[in-house]
Amino acid sequence: MAGVIAARRRKQRVFRWAVLVVLGVFFLLPLAAMLEFSTRNSETWPLLVNWPKLSDTYPDLAEGIVSSLEQAALTAILMLVLLVPTTIWVRLRLPKLRRFVEFLCLLPLTIPAIVLVVGLAPVYAWVTYFLGGSSLTLVFAYTILVLPYAYRAIDAGLSAIDVKTVAEAARSLGAGWTTVIVRVVLPNIRSAVLSAAFLTVALVLGEFTIASLLNRTNLQVSIELLGKSSATMSVAVSLAALLLAFVLLMLLSLAGGSKKEQK
Amino acid sequence: MSGVAVHLEGLRRTFGSVHALDNLDLEIAAGELIALLGPSGCGKTTALRVLAGLEDADAGRVLVGGKDVTALPANRRDMGMVFQAYSLFPHLTAVENVEFGLKLRGRRKVPGRAAEMLELVGLSSHGSRYPHQMSGGQQQRVALARALAIEPAVLLLDEPLSALDAKVRVQLREEIKRIQTEVGTTTLFVTHDQEEALAVADRVGVMKAGRLEQLAPPADVYQQPASAFVADFVGLSNRLPGIVSGPIISVLGTELPLVTPAAAGSATALVRPEAVHVTPDPEGGASVLTSSFLGSTSRVTVTVGETLVVAQVASSLLPSLTPGTPVRVTLQPVPVALDLSLS
Repeated sequence: MAGVIAARRRKQRVFRWAVLVVLGVFFLLPLAAMLEFSTRNSETWPLLVNWPKLSDTYPDLAEGIVSSLEQAALTAILMLVLLVPTTIWVRLRLPKLRRFVEFLCLLPLTIPAIVLVVGLAPVYAWVTYFLGGSSLTLVFAYTILVLPYAYRAIDAGLSAIDVKTVAEAARSLGAGWTTVIVRVVLPNIRSAVLSAAFLTVALVLGEFTIASLLNRTNLQVSIELLGKSSATMSVAVSLAALLLAFVLLMLLSLAGGSKKEQK
Repeated sequence: MSGVAVHLEGLRRTFGSVHALDNLDLEIAAGELIALLGPSGCGKTTALRVLAGLEDADAGRVLVGGKDVTALPANRRDMGMVFQAYSLFPHLTAVENVEFGLKLRGRRKVPGRAAEMLELVGLSSHGSRYPHQMSGGQQQRVALARALAIEPAVLLLDEPLSALDAKVRVQLREEIKRIQTEVGTTTLFVTHDQEEALAVADRVGVMKAGRLEQLAPPADVYQQPASAFVADFVGLSNRLPGIVSGPIISVLGTELPLVTPAAAGSATALVRPEAVHVTPDPEGGASVLTSSFLGSTSRVTVTVGETLVVAQVASSLLPSLTPGTPVRVTLQPVPVALDLSLS
């Protein structure tokens, strides 16, 4: 009997390792290939970390990087300003609307980006008319695009505390609504807000379809453009962007983990 | 510190078709502790939340110290509140929780006052702990300290003990009584636990369907219930058939005075188990059906003819009252209420 169990256990271990290796190869092989390809030209990586020289050599790429970083930051801010007070308010005062708000926030997930662009094009004709054709105007579309992920993150954070009771306790102690949100609710959903922001940044840095189809510039658009003239550089930048996204997601899981430790 | 009188006037509140408050009037004297008691859905919590400003009344006024506060939002009403659910701010330590209200009011000597309040609730050594590091009872103590720290005009306790286990509950309710007496804050205590209400309150208000059925000192509510509902809700009662004539009702051969006069004829009297005496007697005409040991007292069920009577007896008598023992049942001539729901 003991032999059978040991054999089964060994089989399971082998299976586990097999899965891990297959998946590892599946994910890591392309990355390794990218690394190998981008290091064929020994000047690629040193150039990538030398910002002044990079922006001289590839001005389009530099513009794309700056636009994407600005878009990511602005989208995160706009998303938080819109979503945090709304979700808190819905929970406190309009619980009946919660399903509706959730549906509304998850809607962008069900609409393919290409369809979204068809709808956005006429809207952006007006945006261009009023605000000009700057790539930063993409922030509005991106805010909608990140809603499903950000909403999930913030909603999960709010579910972890008894918002209603805590808010009522603060009110009875003399706190106005602003104080309730800023000093009582926000500190308790800090890690949820952080994850929402990280997800937003990761998503915006990886966005291509909308920017490309609306003729705006961002990191991915400039990488694609670069691919036509300098393949190694474009692959190196792609890899760097991927690694940055990994780091962000890692920070995100760390932020979530530290909260669990506290409990 | 002396308390402030509170007056609820003609409060009405409906949720859909339910009258949570149906023209409720309640006066709380300065420094008094009133317990609102009633089954769930009777409107007691709504009454407290309207007083706190967390719920709006459809009609009626709330007066605190003679001042109309009906239109004031909760954060400007000057009330300390302890909730049924744990309500401490999870990201703040015990002492920071207590300081929260003080800082909002821009008080000086905040740390001193907070330490003093924690000492009042017996937790001076737990100031630096976070809520999740404390037991439920300790959290509710800190919540009480936090509510009292701001020296509120009125203290509101919304079933603060119902989430705690039995022993802590009894301990903490005595402590609440002690602290309330010491501080002298006018207090409204909402509970569905009759024992709790009777133990802590200066007066108990029994509520039913958004109205006060009776508002009286605990002993009166228990001994002279104003209605069958009160008699039934507060304490246990036997429902015994009897004949009313004038101000008395004749039950099991004993004449008992009535709490409120009633029309002559047959009726059902509500008789407390401790008003029933059971003595072994071969000629008594009754017999023991079951008996259960409850500690210092015991409960015996007796059949008299076709009627079941529950009696409370000293546990020392239990060995002589085994099931089947012939006994005599006598009733103590204390005032009783009639159960009008059956007649």
